[in-house]
Amino acid sequence: MSDIRFTIDGKECLAKPGQTIVEAAKANGVYIPVLCHYEGLKPVGACRICTVRAGGRFMAACTQPVAEGLAVENSAPDLEDMRKAIVEMLFVEGNHFCPSCEKSGNCELQALAYRYRMAVPRFPYLWPRRELDASAPRLMLERNRCVQCQRCVRAVRAKDGRKVFALVDRGGRVTIDMDAKLAARLSEAEARKAMDICPVGAILRKETGFAVPIGKRKYDAAPIGSEIEKGPGR
Amino acid sequence: MAQDYTFLLRHPKDPAALLDVLRDAQARLGHVPDEAVARIASHLKLSEAEVRGAVTFYHFFSLAPRGRSTVYLNDSITSRMGGRAAVAQAFEEEAGCRFGQVSPDGRVGLFPTSCIGMNDQEPSAIVDGVVFPRLTPAKAKDIVRGLRAGKTARDQVDALGDGANQSDLVRSMVANNIRRRGPVLFGPHQPGSAVRKAAGLKPEQVIDEVKRSGLLGRGGAGFPTALKWEFCRREKGAEHYVVCNADEGEPGTFKDRVILTELPRLLFEGMAVAGYAVGAGRGVLYLRAEYAYLRDHLEAVLAAMRTEGLLGRAIAGAKGFDFDIEIKSGAGAYICGEESALLESAEGKRGEPRDRPPFPVQFGYLGKPTTVNNVETLATAARILVEGAAWFKALGTPQSAGTKLLSVSGDCARPGVYEVEFGLTVAGLLDLAGGAGAKAVQVGGPSGNCVAPAGFSRKLCFSDLPTGGSIIVFGPDRDILEIVGSFMDFFVEESCGWCVPCRAGNVLLKKKFEKVAGGKGTAEDLRDLEAWGRLIKSTSRCGLGQTSPNPILTTLKNFPELYEARIQKGRDFVPEFDLAAAIQDGCTAAGRQPECKESLHE
Repeated sequence: MSDIRFTIDGKECLAKPGQTIVEAAKANGVYIPVLCHYEGLKPVGACRICTVRAGGRFMAACTQPVAEGLAVENSAPDLEDMRKAIVEMLFVEGNHFCPSCEKSGNCELQALAYRYRMAVPRFPYLWPRRELDASAPRLMLERNRCVQCQRCVRAVRAKDGRKVFALVDRGGRVTIDMDAKLAARLSEAEARKAMDICPVGAILRKETGFAVPIGKRKYDAAPIGSEIEKGPGR
Repeated sequence: MAQDYTFLLRHPKDPAALLDVLRDAQARLGHVPDEAVARIASHLKLSEAEVRGAVTFYHFFSLAPRGRSTVYLNDSITSRMGGRAAVAQAFEEEAGCRFGQVSPDGRVGLFPTSCIGMNDQEPSAIVDGVVFPRLTPAKAKDIVRGLRAGKTARDQVDALGDGANQSDLVRSMVANNIRRRGPVLFGPHQPGSAVRKAAGLKPEQVIDEVKRSGLLGRGGAGFPTALKWEFCRREKGAEHYVVCNADEGEPGTFKDRVILTELPRLLFEGMAVAGYAVGAGRGVLYLRAEYAYLRDHLEAVLAAMRTEGLLGRAIAGAKGFDFDIEIKSGAGAYICGEESALLESAEGKRGEPRDRPPFPVQFGYLGKPTTVNNVETLATAARILVEGAAWFKALGTPQSAGTKLLSVSGDCARPGVYEVEFGLTVAGLLDLAGGAGAKAVQVGGPSGNCVAPAGFSRKLCFSDLPTGGSIIVFGPDRDILEIVGSFMDFFVEESCGWCVPCRAGNVLLKKKFEKVAGGKGTAEDLRDLEAWGRLIKSTSRCGLGQTSPNPILTTLKNFPELYEARIQKGRDFVPEFDLAAAIQDGCTAAGRQPECKESLHE
């Protein structure tokens, strides 16, 4: 099938049929910020940071397929402020203390906050009480830092397909639950993958940490999104 | 004594059976204890985390004990207006525990729940599946005493309601309160006439008839029914489904309950007609848990219709017109009224909405093309087929054809169900229902519009004031901001928690609203309410979040003076946190006066 033609902020872009707006944007050197999305996993439209506008409607760019002639607005000031607001919501909804977090510098939430120059959130802190689960031999689930993005829910499964992580409860009380029996059986490689796939410091590998010193981590060197914006499609 | 778990073996070893298994476990054990979670997970090949995820999603499942008998007392605003506080107190005194707890003897648990579809007969509660409407403090005490004396909830049913509520299979105290019978739903219907008419037409002709009638979905969104059927029909694959959404959860709506009670044959005929139109052989009625007391009645009607040749194979004698219906029960979650969340729940999962595309007509129940239609829509479609599109189109307004079933409750002399033509004004409805002197009318429930007297000349129709059927009247003495607070609590409680703006945004919006309502707001806070509300509406994933700020946004627009009266004028900022008040106790103990009488932010 032939390529689909569409625009992002007026820039002419090409997409493959079935591609989502986020994927197609990336292929065209345009960064649309996302947090819950992870390449290779089914998108879930949970964080809504990738909200764009097309045809006067708001939509999550991670779940919306590109259509021929679609005119996507990605960097309008009101959109950027919405995204900043959602990042701020995530900061006040959990308990995020970057200086003491093993994920600092590799954390996508922190990196987005820098990208949006978040100083003080416009929302009051909610200071929720969240339980830490350190029962698994290789992993620690630090719910204070969890953003409920469901990456772990989607990516970490037992051999027979059962979910090791699952959402429990609902509304503002939603948290991630770790299945103790299945988590106990995770291999070293699976535990490492679970930690790496977590965008924040909610899933941590036990008995190891700070192997790369703060200051020399991924987003210490270059801001989030810059690898796409400087990429070959540019 | 070890618990007997042999009941598990009666359920298929299929994850799709999860909600049925949980319902069984909850009924037998009073909760879903850790051991049950482990055994259910093993039986269904799910992880324990997934099982806990489903238990904690629904109101009527619980990981902690809920008592041998469980009282779920409706916590809607209309219940409060009808004297809920005194009833709740009576329950607590007699049970010896607070709401949210189980009595010390384990005999009875008291829990609040969202609107149970009895808004015209509040305060109401569901006790072990039995609905107790029009509760008084004395009745509440009687119920608890009766349970302690060994009576079941069912034993305590006295004074049956009207119509089919009196039938042996229902035997419910619920009243229909049908105040106005219109020509469509309550018109004379010859049983079987709709499926017989369909059987004589081609499926495309059925769709065309409905298309020409202008029928729009009655659940609230107003999508053209025939278009949905056409899209569904067009999808490839032999297996298609018709799913009837009988999960009306919008606070203040109860009209589908009356259709289910009094007109189930019309509804099931409508489902069969839809099945014929889209090429589906199977239908599912997703019945909200609150209406489980109607299930035996509905099953009996289905059985009778099969015997009469109106369901099953070769309906109305037409070769190839095969259609049957099964009933699936919900477990208490407003979000399951959203069609894709409903499908997830019907498949035995947490009722979380899906991303669209693909739409349910493409990827619906069990991944098959599915048309999901509201109870009233399907019943109406059956009537359209019999009476013709022109007859229907002549009713209502040009853009909103036909009649609408309204659930009217609150401060009015005649609460109940009204079938009226679209185009009736709010004032006209108030006349019918006896709501003279109303201060506000909530049209379309909390997710709709709070209309002030200046808007009472507006019309109930899709182009002016759309409504899924919930109409709540607020009299001159009601505190509108208290009502707004209750509605926001509802959305905070009922958000599924999947997306950030709905999950966190509604909590934050409610906090900001409380600051303003509590007299600590400024003009800046009102601007924040507006902006945060728009943000949640614009970025939320499904209809719940996209409408949840409406209680605040529509009252800011229609009752600005109420907000203006609460804010502090001439100040740029008032802190939410009152430092002086917070340290008052300590200062009193130390015999000192707080130094910070006013905020440091002056």
